[in-house]
Amino acid sequence: MQVTCPQCGPRDSREFTYRGHALLCDRPAPEAGGAAWDEYLHNRENPAGWTEELWYHGPCATWLVAERNTETHAFRATRTAAERGK
Amino acid sequence: MVKLVATSPAAGLVPLRHGSVMLSEVEATHITSVAPLDGKAKSVSAALKKAIGAEFPDPNRMTGKDGARVVWTGPGQAMVLGPEVALKGAALTDQSDAWTWLVLEGTDAAAVLARLTPVDLRDSVFEVGHAARTLLFHMTATLIRTGAERWEILVFRSMAKTAVHDLEEAMRSVAAQAGR
Repeated sequence: MQVTCPQCGPRDSREFTYRGHALLCDRPAPEAGGAAWDEYLHNRENPAGWTEELWYHGPCATWLVAERNTETHAFRATRTAAERGK
Repeated sequence: MVKLVATSPAAGLVPLRHGSVMLSEVEATHITSVAPLDGKAKSVSAALKKAIGAEFPDPNRMTGKDGARVVWTGPGQAMVLGPEVALKGAALTDQSDAWTWLVLEGTDAAAVLARLTPVDLRDSVFEVGHAARTLLFHMTATLIRTGAERWEILVFRSMAKTAVHDLEEAMRSVAAQAGR
């Protein structure tokens, strides 16, 4: 299986670590309240199909956001986590 | 008083030869991490070009030549290999003692590397002048292709013995299969 690093191009999945759902990029404000923080920390959808995930390319230290299909393990677009924030 | 003796990371481990492939170590020089500050990428690249004749490389590339080379190691970071540098507008760290710097060369050098790294090493993909941050068996490494049959490999100094062991196992295996 290959993952495309936005810096390095397609690379073997051994070079990457899964780091959770991409909603981890959307950290609530400190005063957002218990419900928002509960949602951020604990609640996850478990979709059959396309989902957005955070991956880390260890060798070049790039955090990336990847669209992955949980049914087929296919990867679609990837971009850096910094780009997602813009 | 104790007399301290400087030694290179792979001293006593290399040089090694198996079949057509030779593993050796680059003589100790300076290794400096260069990370341009926000908005300073262009001026730092120009300053590097002026100082050592090699600009800041694009991802997965190296610039310069033997003795004064810059290799990309991550977003906004490159290593200057060889000369000592002093630049404005970038965070610099002296990492000269932190890396094991090996050279793998010979007809079957790519075949040896192919047993240890998942990157595509074919001539049409990994050309001379290209570089990669990737894996060497279990460890993270920087690979630089400096010639058609010559590769430079940088791994953390603490990994020297393991890196040489892994490379030698692959060298033996390739040599045995080729009947060399």
